[in-house]
Amino acid sequence: MRAPAAVDKRKKGVLLAALAVLVLFPFAGATFYTELVTKVMILAIFALSLDLLVGYTGLVSFGHAAFFGVGAYALGLLAPKYEAANLWLTLPAAIALAGICALFVGAFVIRVKGIYFIMVTLAFAQMFYFVFHDTRFGRGSDGISLNFKPVAVIGNFTPFDLANATHVYYFVFVAMLLVFIFLRVLLRSAFGRALQGIRSNEHRMRSLGYPVYWYKLASFSIAGALAGLAGYLSALQFGFVNPELLSWHQSGNVLLMLILGGVGSLYGAVAGAFAFVALQELYSALTTHWQLLLGGTIILLVIFLPGGLSSVADRFKHTVVGEPEDE
Amino acid sequence: MSDAVLSTQGLSRRFGGLMAASSVAIELHRGRLHAVLGPNGAGKTTLINLLSGDLPATAGSISYKGEDITRYSADRRSRIGIGRSYQKTNIFPGFTAFENCRLAAQSRAPRLLHVFADAERYRPVCEAALRALDAAGLAAQRDRVASALSHGEQRQLEIAMVLATAPEVLLLDEPLAGMGAEEAQRMVALLQKLAPAHAILLVEHDMDAVFAVADVITVMVNGQVLESGAPAQIRASPAVRRAYLGEDDAAAAGRRDAS
Amino acid sequence: MDIFSFLIQLLNGLQYGLLLFLVASGLTLIFGIMGIINLAHGSFYMIGAYMAFSLSTLTGNLFIAIVVGIVLSVILGVALEWALFSHLYKRDHLEQVLLTYGLILVFEELRSLIVGNDVHGVAVPAIFNWSIPLTESLSYPVYRLFMSAVCIVLAVLLYLLIAKTRIGMMIRAGSSNREMVQSLGLNINLVYRLVFALGVALAAFAGMLAAPVSSVYPGMGTGVLIICFVVVVIGGIGSIWGALVASLLIGLADTFGKVLIPQAAGVTVYLLMAAILLWRPEGLFRRV
Repeated sequence: MRAPAAVDKRKKGVLLAALAVLVLFPFAGATFYTELVTKVMILAIFALSLDLLVGYTGLVSFGHAAFFGVGAYALGLLAPKYEAANLWLTLPAAIALAGICALFVGAFVIRVKGIYFIMVTLAFAQMFYFVFHDTRFGRGSDGISLNFKPVAVIGNFTPFDLANATHVYYFVFVAMLLVFIFLRVLLRSAFGRALQGIRSNEHRMRSLGYPVYWYKLASFSIAGALAGLAGYLSALQFGFVNPELLSWHQSGNVLLMLILGGVGSLYGAVAGAFAFVALQELYSALTTHWQLLLGGTIILLVIFLPGGLSSVADRFKHTVVGEPEDE
Repeated sequence: MSDAVLSTQGLSRRFGGLMAASSVAIELHRGRLHAVLGPNGAGKTTLINLLSGDLPATAGSISYKGEDITRYSADRRSRIGIGRSYQKTNIFPGFTAFENCRLAAQSRAPRLLHVFADAERYRPVCEAALRALDAAGLAAQRDRVASALSHGEQRQLEIAMVLATAPEVLLLDEPLAGMGAEEAQRMVALLQKLAPAHAILLVEHDMDAVFAVADVITVMVNGQVLESGAPAQIRASPAVRRAYLGEDDAAAAGRRDAS
Repeated sequence: MDIFSFLIQLLNGLQYGLLLFLVASGLTLIFGIMGIINLAHGSFYMIGAYMAFSLSTLTGNLFIAIVVGIVLSVILGVALEWALFSHLYKRDHLEQVLLTYGLILVFEELRSLIVGNDVHGVAVPAIFNWSIPLTESLSYPVYRLFMSAVCIVLAVLLYLLIAKTRIGMMIRAGSSNREMVQSLGLNINLVYRLVFALGVALAAFAGMLAAPVSSVYPGMGTGVLIICFVVVVIGGIGSIWGALVASLLIGLADTFGKVLIPQAAGVTVYLLMAAILLWRPEGLFRRV
């Protein structure tokens, strides 16, 4: 169980240093790097959302990209053609839509467990992919371009400009912090503890009187909604959405981020996103066939290092950076 | 004599050609400890599984306080007051003993809408958990991770978790399994303390313990009820001895009793 | 639609279903017996198809290509099981999913390196390259009938293997209790290796068989994998019989769906899956 508060001084130091680096980063380098780290933070939100499901509720979903895509397409489809969308309207709408889609899919997939669950989540994600790829509703395989970035206007006041890469960076940074804190708080609550109980021993939870199906459905929906948030931010950053956002490659990559960082750790999810993009950048610099290297890395990682980066850190220190692992 | 809290009629469970439980009729009353004995394969664990909802019945009915609960799921039965402990320790290994019980107690007050309050700040649930730990003799171990507890302590935690759900009916599946003499004595004392306020069904192999605490004993063989009655009656019954102990042992037991 | 068009679609649906069965039976065998979920199973189908293309271009004869291809797939299956999958038996689902996902990436890139990303056609062998006339304008390709026949034969052989032979008995025993089989002195590792190689060979063979009809293209592995998952979910995991029924159901649903509601294209299959999930989540049949 997560031990409350009491993070020791050394860990606090590392965390503060990391935060400081992130806060100061845009001033240090070129726009290219600012945008890259923005992309990583968006993926970190995506990974965090999946960690709620996989790492804390014990539901391994191979279709999480579907909700990421719904959030992204929400912006693409809701944005008017000839003027900018309003951030404060479209963002909540995207989150809500993704959450509702997750609720819908969850109602079906949570009826099955284990291997079946992995398979049906993948299947449903493919269904969503087909909807966006093959139907007129999704505008087809070419995707949708945003003519204007959304504006963050409230009344007459525009606090920040989403066409500016640095503003987008800080907006995403704050979003990531908020998601992190939200999940941290959620996991300490009665609901969050029940989820962790389900991951630890679902049979006993049922035997103790918990209506496990509803807890899982709630977790699935919240995870989907947060993935939608990440998807929206992605659409915002690139100004472009296409069906590949919902591909099972995306679903596989986000699972990979979790195993890189260590499943069941919020810090691990964030670290995993950074590690994944670092690997991706490194390998694509080496060869166009970088997926070969990535695939090989995944295989070696699973065979030799199933605990992810967290377990490496474990070997050198007695405590993991951040949260103490309980199992 | 109080009315039966939990009773079954013709309760059966078939697996293909095998009748694991056949037309079992059993009654549990508040304040009475009802033990179930029988050789391996007699259907004792099947019976508990049928009562707790872990296994659906293929025939027969179960009634709880006048309500037909035959089709109720395991979690629903727990919510209405039927608690069950497992023979194979079924705890949350990665959590502390306290958290194990806290989760159990929380099931009575799920507070689903309280998504922001730290669950450990909710006193009523925490206090219920501590009371359960205390009753099971684990108060000193509260902050130890469950997987680090000794086997006997884990069995105590098994019981503590059920107690934390404040049930009216206790279905206990071999709580003494694997315990040393001293731990077993403590567990027996606990059972005696719990008996007045609960309706207890106890499945056990430890004969001494059973005869020490049981008010009623049911003997099962091959999925069927062989005989049911007061401990003295069961002890004296030739049919029970033959079935359970075998002819020679029955004679030997008779000689032992006489001395 | 008239009777002949209906007949054509029916035959197409059955043929597609039977082909799916070959691939899905391998998947469900591997999971049912060894407890491993293998995302890369679709890649074997793709590898089979590309082998058919390369080898038939090399030798000029599809049949020789297929025979060589089967031998190569068995070798591949044994090598993979020995090197990678034997590590997965005690691992949890997440790790199995990730390792096999990595394997898909590796296979796809290797294919890209070795053969490239183009779409290729494979010629139908001359003796099957004709059609049975049904009406003045409609006829049915004999090769497709041949495909269905081969699949049926294989299905029967598979049934005989699992249900009637000693090896089949060992396979079924190994699925329920690995340690027990081992303690009986039977070499469980060998059994698993054979089962895995069988699964790979079935999938690859299906790809080779299908190549002249579906052509050979990069995305074919993923496409068939996901449909196979739907088959296994509907049919029940570990059940060969369930895989057969579900494959035929899906083959027919997909074929008729595409004809009757072209806009909904591939969605019919998922709707079927959703319906089964609502009605009988454990699948139509239990374990084999």
